[in-house]
Amino acid sequence: MAELPTTPSQTVGPYLHIGLTWDDGPYVVPEGTPGAVWLRGTVFDGAGQVITDALVETWQADVDGRFDPGWRGFGRSDTRDGGYAIHTVLPGAVPGQAPHIDVSVFARGLLHRVVTRIYFPEHEHSDDPVLASVPPERHDTLIATRTDDGYRFDVRIQGERETVFFDV
Amino acid sequence: MTTQEKLVGYRRDPDSHPPLDSPEYRSTALRHPTQPLTLLPHRLTEITGPLLGPGRVGELDHDLTRQHAGEPIGQRIIVYGRVLDGDGRPIPDSLVEIWQANAGGRYRHTGDRWPSPLDPNFDGVGRTLTDADGRYEFVTIKPGAYPWRNHDNAWRPAHIHFSLFGRSFTQRLVTQMYFQDDPLFGQDPIFNSVPEHARSRLISRFDLDRTQPEWALAFEFDIVLRGRDATPLEDDHG
Ligand SMILES: [Fe+2]
Repeated sequence: MAELPTTPSQTVGPYLHIGLTWDDGPYVVPEGTPGAVWLRGTVFDGAGQVITDALVETWQADVDGRFDPGWRGFGRSDTRDGGYAIHTVLPGAVPGQAPHIDVSVFARGLLHRVVTRIYFPEHEHSDDPVLASVPPERHDTLIATRTDDGYRFDVRIQGERETVFFDV
Repeated sequence: MTTQEKLVGYRRDPDSHPPLDSPEYRSTALRHPTQPLTLLPHRLTEITGPLLGPGRVGELDHDLTRQHAGEPIGQRIIVYGRVLDGDGRPIPDSLVEIWQANAGGRYRHTGDRWPSPLDPNFDGVGRTLTDADGRYEFVTIKPGAYPWRNHDNAWRPAHIHFSLFGRSFTQRLVTQMYFQDDPLFGQDPIFNSVPEHARSRLISRFDLDRTQPEWALAFEFDIVLRGRDATPLEDDHG
């Protein structure tokens, strides 16, 4: 088949909430799911200001590291209250990789999403091929920290301790 | 997608997209990474994606002119097209989300305060699923242009925001659809952030054949998401 050129990306703009907000967006798993945690964080710009017009989307395996049909695996949260919040379970290890969540960040001022990964502090990371491709001094930007009700993962789009973003 | 399927990655398409650092669009200044991106070879998480559809789309979600007791003011239009991958294969059963300003260029959003009236009969949000051939269709009204503060006397050309999922995390795309011959293109840094050779892919095509006599004009907008690599991933574990 002939190759078709892909459609270019454009920013979500400041009014993304109109089209991209769902009531159940943050719920990768329903309330009351055993082992569920809240994954929360703030998105910062290059001046350290909180970005309140971003959208964070997550995609992950289930607790067994699988992507079976019927597994939602997807969460989305805007940041208008100062941060994002996703209700989920810790993913299991996908063969050959440490447990992780793929993350897209969209915002006004981002002409294309940026993609990062969340890893978790209690897992062994030494064999993970993706972390191995990142300089060790930047690993901490990819590892969430424990909180009372789950984990915290801040995203720094630019500047000091800039989050590692991936070219997918 | 299940883990039993053959693991095939997606072709990269950097030439299609705007640079994250696009100084003419001032908001990019503090919102682009300054470190180079790290290449992420595709593994299982990148080549799978959510199946979001049934149950998420209401019966009238594709018709933005029928979501209230009355009809919105404006030029009624049909916006239709296909969602394809980079090999021309249709992407069926895939969620398409749109949002837009009303005919006067005003969004139903607390952050939009410019002096153009809201339309009580228009929310400006639509959703649908592609059919078995990757086709989608919305009925809406033509959005108006609107001012913003990027530069002196800045106006956004009329556009509809589109959000697409495709089949995989890697294919996710958010974009904007424009209309032919908009006189505002020349001064719009968001449209012009796209490499020149690729800009026309964002412009819908007026389609006289699909207009409905004495009812609505029609515009065709096909969306192409990334195509697959020719060879399966080397690492069979994904
Ligand atoms: Fe817009």
